[in-house]
Order: sequence, then structure tokens, then C-alpha cells
Amino acid sequence: MFQIRIHGRGGQGVVTAAEMLSVAAFEEGRHAQAIPSFGSERMGAPVVAYVRIDDEPIELTEPVLQPDLLIVQDPTLFHAVDVFSGLADDGFLLINSARRLPELHIDDALARLPDHHVYTVAATELAMRHLGRSTPNTALLGAFTALFEMLHIESVIKAINDKFSGDIAQRNIVVARAAHDAARVD
Amino acid sequence: MLQQIEGSAAVAQAVAACRPEVIAAYPITPQTHIVEGLGDMVKRGLVGNCQFLNVESEFGAMSVCIGSSATGARTYTATSSQGMLFMMEAVYNASGLGLPIVMTVGNRAIGPPINIWNDWSDSMAARDAAWIQLFVEDNQQAADVHVQAFRLAEAASLPVMVCMDGFILTHAYTRVDVPEQAEVDRFLPEFNPLQALDPQAPITMGAMVGPEAFSEVRFLAHYKQLEALDLIPRHALEFETIFARDSGGLLKSFDSEDKDTVVVTMGSVVGTMKSVLADMRQDGASIGLLSIRSYRPFPKQQLCEALAGAKRVIVFEKSLAVGMGGILAADVRMALANLPISAYSVIGGLGGRPITRDNLRRMLDKGVNDELEEPHFHDLDVAVVHRELERLRDVQRPGPSAESILRDIASADTGARSS
Repeated sequence: MFQIRIHGRGGQGVVTAAEMLSVAAFEEGRHAQAIPSFGSERMGAPVVAYVRIDDEPIELTEPVLQPDLLIVQDPTLFHAVDVFSGLADDGFLLINSARRLPELHIDDALARLPDHHVYTVAATELAMRHLGRSTPNTALLGAFTALFEMLHIESVIKAINDKFSGDIAQRNIVVARAAHDAARVD
Repeated sequence: MLQQIEGSAAVAQAVAACRPEVIAAYPITPQTHIVEGLGDMVKRGLVGNCQFLNVESEFGAMSVCIGSSATGARTYTATSSQGMLFMMEAVYNASGLGLPIVMTVGNRAIGPPINIWNDWSDSMAARDAAWIQLFVEDNQQAADVHVQAFRLAEAASLPVMVCMDGFILTHAYTRVDVPEQAEVDRFLPEFNPLQALDPQAPITMGAMVGPEAFSEVRFLAHYKQLEALDLIPRHALEFETIFARDSGGLLKSFDSEDKDTVVVTMGSVVGTMKSVLADMRQDGASIGLLSIRSYRPFPKQQLCEALAGAKRVIVFEKSLAVGMGGILAADVRMALANLPISAYSVIGGLGGRPITRDNLRRMLDKGVNDELEEPHFHDLDVAVVHRELERLRDVQRPGPSAESILRDIASADTGARSS
């Protein structure tokens, strides 16, 4: 079982990202579960959502406490909530940031993760360019498919089409593909 | 059709396939997505000639349901939390009049303190309202049991609540084989009401009944619920032959046979509990699980048979009778009164507190050694409680505890991060 925890802020499409990821996994014949951890929904408030992907049916309903991957939609959260809680020493990190890692001031966490386990993608910039708004979720899903073999970009595109329609879907697909091509390994 | 779908959307599709004729809707988290989904389908003409009514309150919703069901229309609504409380008088009316309304309860805590998250306070508040109450463990069952609920309601001429954990199920995206129209049509016959208001053949419903007959009418309500104990497993079996899925029924054993300890619970915690118990069995414990799927009527006899070989029972529930203890635990104890089995009451997951494998394992390790106090409050932060009790004792006009405890926890968090 592969467990993902997505951190972001209200309005960034954190819950939608988790749902689309689960749909993409379903498209590839896998079992998947997306559970939101809703607070009192407010724009800008920290939001968490959980995804599990497995080849077997998933029965667990507890929050993802020991993620294999953290997706961080807003790097300012590193200094606001305990993002790294439960992340294993061989876990992965996918961050929305146009900055280089040293500029994020998370050296302690980075030090314990192996090489090639930390990725950044400039998801907000891609979203602003193609969507005209700062919703980084589909860019991060595109990047996810470049970095992990378990899901393919075509499945994420199906999931985007499942969630959105018309022009919005098309623009998000452009974002996902662009992020897929741009995913950078630090 | 197999879909990766939100629990609420799966329920909406399953209800639509039951060809409801009237849906009354008033939004309240976490059930809102269900009636929104149904409203959308009705608007697009996908639910036959169904009337979808946006009403002004939950009291209005159930009142509309009573009126429409009394004319012989298949009727549906959904609610949660304070919404259930606000409709309560009409909830009793629906069952007292024998109207086969189906209602989803997206289980949510009742405040104050206001809380949108999951526990069973709302459906437990309606425990004695003479509705049938069915609990589901996952979203496949949530979809399937709604189909069975219409069949049961109309066969018994009783209203049915389908209780699904708020957020954990209503908002979860999982794989669901949503019941197909053709299969639902095979399982669910056209509604043939036992009673219907008709200007051509006038009848009175809701007569005033005095002491001379009230006991008999109430006894019949009890008797009719007990009859549902036969219908529920029969319907589940028939459902399985058509849909090839085991959904519904009175209760379900997960490796509980011949175990020293059996955990009894309901709803979505079953999935996590199974995982914990499998680990404990691997470590040598003799422990299994029994999930109650029909809470009302309560399957007393079936529970006794299933637990006959157990030494102890640990009842885990997301509900609390303040001043007493566990509500489900009281039911289980009453059922087991003549058996030499000790039953422990554990109350957890209140107001959405996460129930995890780790905290369950810690509790159950105590449980199998008879070390649980009575009742046991699962994952309770005892230090916070002690500090608040001390403050209430020491401070003049100490003010409300909810706000004080929030401040206490926030300052403890800040302290932990800065240290």
C-alpha cells in the first residue's frame, strides 16, 4: 500500500487533488481511497487530505499517519504545521515551489531523506500561466506521474476530465502535462 | 457500474435507481452532497417523474415526507446532527403513522460545542423513535443498503434510517459498484402502500388514542419492528442472489467464532478494527469482531448465538449516554443478560476524533487483560481534563469549559513546538 498525505491551504484544491489521484489510480485498475480531513472550511486555512493506493481492497479508515509521500501545495506550511509528522526515513517529498531547496529552510527534514526523494515543481507559476489562478493541484498531479511509475499522466488526464469539463478541464490538462515535463529532481 | 466515486454520490445514484417519487431536501453537513446529487439528477430528468422539493427546514423536510408518503408516493430525505433534532417531532410522526420513508443519516455529532464531524449522537437521539436503523461499514454497503431499505420500509410499512458515518464515508472517494437500474428493478417491486390518502376513499390517519388502546398500539409498533428481524436477512439473501454482494443483514461476524474476546461495534470503524484484530491474532490473541448492521430492531437472539462462546465482549461505540456510559453497550448487555460473558463499554471517536490502529491496539491490549475501567473513554487526554477540573475548582466564575480547553490545548501545542 502506498500512502500519500497532501498538505495545502483552503482554496488550493487539496481535497480535489486527493480525489483525482484516487480516480487516476482506479483508472489503472488499482484500489484507491481519498479521504479529506475537513476543518471549518476557510480560504487560506491549513487543509489535509489522504490518499491510499493498493492492489488489494483498502479497509483502513484512519488518517494517513505514516505517509510514503508528502505532497506540499504551499511551502509556507512547513513553518505553520507539523508537515513531516510520521514521514518515514525513506519517504518522498513533492513540493510546490519555484525556489531551490535550501531556500525553503527545511534542512533538518531533508537531511534524513535519501537522494532523489525530494522533488520540487513550480506548480503555482504553471497554474497562473495556464489557468489564470493559483490552484497548484493539477500541476502537482502531473509532476507525480513523472516521478512515480505507479500512475501515468494519461490516467491523471482522465481524472481531470472526470472532475472538470470544457475549457477548465483542457487548461488543467495543459498544466498537468507541463508539470509532468518540468518535474525537477533536486 | 464500478466507479471511483464519493460516498454521497454513490448513495445519490443508488437512491435514484430506487425510483423515488418525492425527495424533500434541506442541506446540512455532512449529508448535503447526497441531496445535491439527487437534485441535479432530478433536474436533468434522470429520476422519472420525481418531485424534488427544497424546503425551509428539516422540520419541513420530514413533514413533506409524511404528506407524500401518506398518499402512497415513494419518499426519501437525508439529514445530520442538529437537523435530526429539528425534525424530531415529525420523525416520531412518520413511524407512528407507519409511513415507509427512507432517510439517510450522515452521522455527525450534536453540539454545543458546535462540531461538524462524525459520531453517532444524531441517530442515537432518534433511537427510540420507532424507525428501523441500519448501519453501514463502507460505501459499497451504503449504496446497497439504501436499495434494501426501500424494500424493507415498504414491506414492513415502517420508516428506515440508513446511518453512514459523516465525512469518513460521505466524503470518501472509493471504488463502488453502484447498483444498476435493471438489477434494482428486479429487487425492488413497485410501491404498493398498505394505506394511502385518497379523496375517492377517505380514511383517517393519526387518530387520538387514549389509555384504553395506547398500550396495544405501542406494543404493535414493537412487534412490527421485531418482524423486521426476519425480513432483513431474507432481503439481504435475495439481494446477494441478484447483485452477488454480501450487504446488509442483521449482523456480521469477522473471525469472531470461538474467540475468547469479541469486539462489537458498528459503522466505518469496522475496517480499521479488522486490521488491528488481524495483527493481534497474529500475535497470539484470541480475538474477533462482530459488526451490528441492524441497530433497530436490535438482533438480540442472533447476537447471543454469535457470542455464545466468548468470555468477554468489548463494545466500541461513537456514542455516549451522559451520566450512564455506552448506549450500544447497554443494548449488548441487555441481550447477554443470561450468558456468563463480561461486557466492557468503550466510547471513542466522539466529534471526529481519529480512531487509529495504534490507539485501538493500546486499548484492546488492556481489554483482553480485563484492565479497562467502566466505562472506558478511548484516547481521552486525562491531563487536559484534570487541568480543567482544577481550574473550575480554583477560579471564581471560571466561564465555559469548551473555550478554556481549546486555549489550554493551543498553548500546550505552542509550547511543544517552541521547545
